[in-house]
Amino acid sequence: MASKSDHSLWLDMAWGAEGWGDEFAYGLALTVQISLAGYAIGLALGLLGAFAKLSGRPWLRFIGDSYTTTIRALPELLLILLFYYAGTSALEKLLVHAGVASEDLQISPFVAAIASLGLIYGAYLADVLRGGIQAIPPGQIEAARAYGMHAPLRFRRIVFPQMIRYAIPGMGNQWLNITKDSALVSVIGAYELLSAGRGAATFTKEYIFYYSVTALGFLGLTIVSMVVFVRIERRANRGVRRA
Amino acid sequence: MIFDIPYMVTIVLPALLYAVPTSLLLLASSAIIGNILAVPVAAARLSRNPLLWMPAYVFILLMRGTPLLVQIYLVYYGLGQALTPEIMREFPFLRDGIWYAIFALSINTAGYSGEILRGAILAVPHGEIEAARAFGMSRWVVFHRVTLPRAIRICLPAMSSEMILLLKATALASTVTVYEVLGVAQAIRIETYRVYDTLIGAAIVYIAMVFLLTRVLNRIERYLNKDRQAMSAQAA
Amino acid sequence: MKALVVEDVHKRFLDLEVLKGVSMSANEGDVIALIGASGSGKSTLLRCINLLETPDSGRVYVSGELIRMRGLRNGHAVPEDQRQVDRIRSRLGMVFQSFNLWSHMTVLENVIEAPIHVLKLPRAEAVARGEALLAKVGIAEKRGHYPSHLSGGQQQRCAIARALAMEPQVMLFDEPTSALDPELVGEVLRVIRQLAEEGRTMLLVTHEMAFAREVASSVIFLHAGRIEEEGPPGQLFGAPRSERCRQFLASHLGEARRVKA
Repeated sequence: MASKSDHSLWLDMAWGAEGWGDEFAYGLALTVQISLAGYAIGLALGLLGAFAKLSGRPWLRFIGDSYTTTIRALPELLLILLFYYAGTSALEKLLVHAGVASEDLQISPFVAAIASLGLIYGAYLADVLRGGIQAIPPGQIEAARAYGMHAPLRFRRIVFPQMIRYAIPGMGNQWLNITKDSALVSVIGAYELLSAGRGAATFTKEYIFYYSVTALGFLGLTIVSMVVFVRIERRANRGVRRA
Repeated sequence: MIFDIPYMVTIVLPALLYAVPTSLLLLASSAIIGNILAVPVAAARLSRNPLLWMPAYVFILLMRGTPLLVQIYLVYYGLGQALTPEIMREFPFLRDGIWYAIFALSINTAGYSGEILRGAILAVPHGEIEAARAFGMSRWVVFHRVTLPRAIRICLPAMSSEMILLLKATALASTVTVYEVLGVAQAIRIETYRVYDTLIGAAIVYIAMVFLLTRVLNRIERYLNKDRQAMSAQAA
Repeated sequence: MKALVVEDVHKRFLDLEVLKGVSMSANEGDVIALIGASGSGKSTLLRCINLLETPDSGRVYVSGELIRMRGLRNGHAVPEDQRQVDRIRSRLGMVFQSFNLWSHMTVLENVIEAPIHVLKLPRAEAVARGEALLAKVGIAEKRGHYPSHLSGGQQQRCAIARALAMEPQVMLFDEPTSALDPELVGEVLRVIRQLAEEGRTMLLVTHEMAFAREVASSVIFLHAGRIEEEGPPGQLFGAPRSERCRQFLASHLGEARRVKA
């Protein structure tokens, strides 16, 4: 690493006004927050999308399929820009017009970041969850119906737990993807780990060092997530015999 | 700020279509370089020699475990800084962001495709490799005549999705001053404050490109997988 | 000169000793059938000859040439010179139980692949040779088809043509009909019988006792990694000396009769 001064650049990673350590820590915390919130919205949308795609009603299937194919065909960066610049202003006008919000309503980049990531990952998670539902042997649902379980009970006791088990590997992959894609929201001015890295790199001109630190931050998040998901998968597969 | 369809059709879309070759150049060059590099990456990853598999493992982890945008910044700003002014004077084209974008997209693809290819190589039926060895083929001949062609056919569906993802990833080049489709859309947006026409125009162009690429990839897949198709579909 | 000589070959997988010192030899034109219960080591012996398994100790000569091997401290061995192994393998035609055709190549491409890339034959010559062999095994009209479009019997005949295309000095058959449906066994055995009548040197691991009795010039009965009995088929099938061989034959001939009935 090309250090111009004679002291190690790592000393500049100190905490407080002198160093960049607290900025990076704050950025990493926001990356995790944005990812978690976006993923939660994505799961809710994904569940709706999965049921729409599996629905018996053609118009619901059409909505579900259009949602996932459109999102999948567009670059994530474009979707984030589209949502932030076009989506939020339309939403602001709508809310103000409806009298729900005051005239000076402005949706922050942070909120826009979470909402757009949620919208994007809703589509990817819809396909993952649909696969999970389709993997459930139909006989089991039939059995639940035969014992007089009504639909909500069937979903809560039979479909949901098994869907999650089958979908866990795919859900893990999408979590890893959303943590990485969360870096894109720095482009619309939402603060997160890459914003911290870019701030430090631009200020000091030590691009290689600070972008490497940024990469290491994301890598650490990936590795921790992988470990956690292996644990979750092992727990979820208790009592399931592997072929 | 209104959605002006005539403006989009007459002004924005032609400008964006003019940028399509740049997007396709990014896609094609990164796909070719990245997928060629994926072969040694996968081979090294499968080696029993720790001096080969460990670097390959770390490379794949870095490419798959960090955001592509960070990789692009690292290459563009980091590598750009490492190149001395003398080199820049000698090779003025190195000022253009597109080379850094191609470089970053290529190594990123090498990581992802390398991992896909590794899985596919492991899935080649052992008996077919053994038969090749039994006829006295050297390790290299076995690899490039039997193992690799078989593995490529096995991982074609995964590779196709990977190429769609790569096409979408080329949009990130816009962040390092490359005027591909999204880059041009952004430039018009910033200049004219028109957000709907420009970004929705870009979305239309990307959907069209993804649609066409999907069809091309399906063709390639059908051509290479003719050994698995039904008899009737086959020319005598 | 002997076409094939195996001397005191030992082979161990983990703590299971599969071959406990096997010696045998084949003259030009011999057809040797290797029989024995599963696990007796007959397939391993065949695979030790072309080094698909490396013998832990012992010597293998192919038309007089010793395959050089180097013992390791862990009791196993490795070939000294991989190029020599490749050269010797190119003179041994192996036919597998599960065919192992290359599924991304057509029937003809399967047959010309090794002649072109190992023997460095010009393509036109390899194609001419390949087409003649496909005609010989009776699947000339399938030359442009992929293996997945063929029946098991056709696939195995293609695999035999593929092995013959190398013009091998010795053909090695590893249970060539065991993976086939009963009604397809006959067409493959017919091809093998024809090769035997042409005077080819062949080593044949098989469960088809009647066939072994008919085509073999000598039969080797393996039991628990050792040669228990060997001799001309008339003697070994008619009047086996060893009690184990007698029991094995009794149970297998019985089985064969049940299948036929």
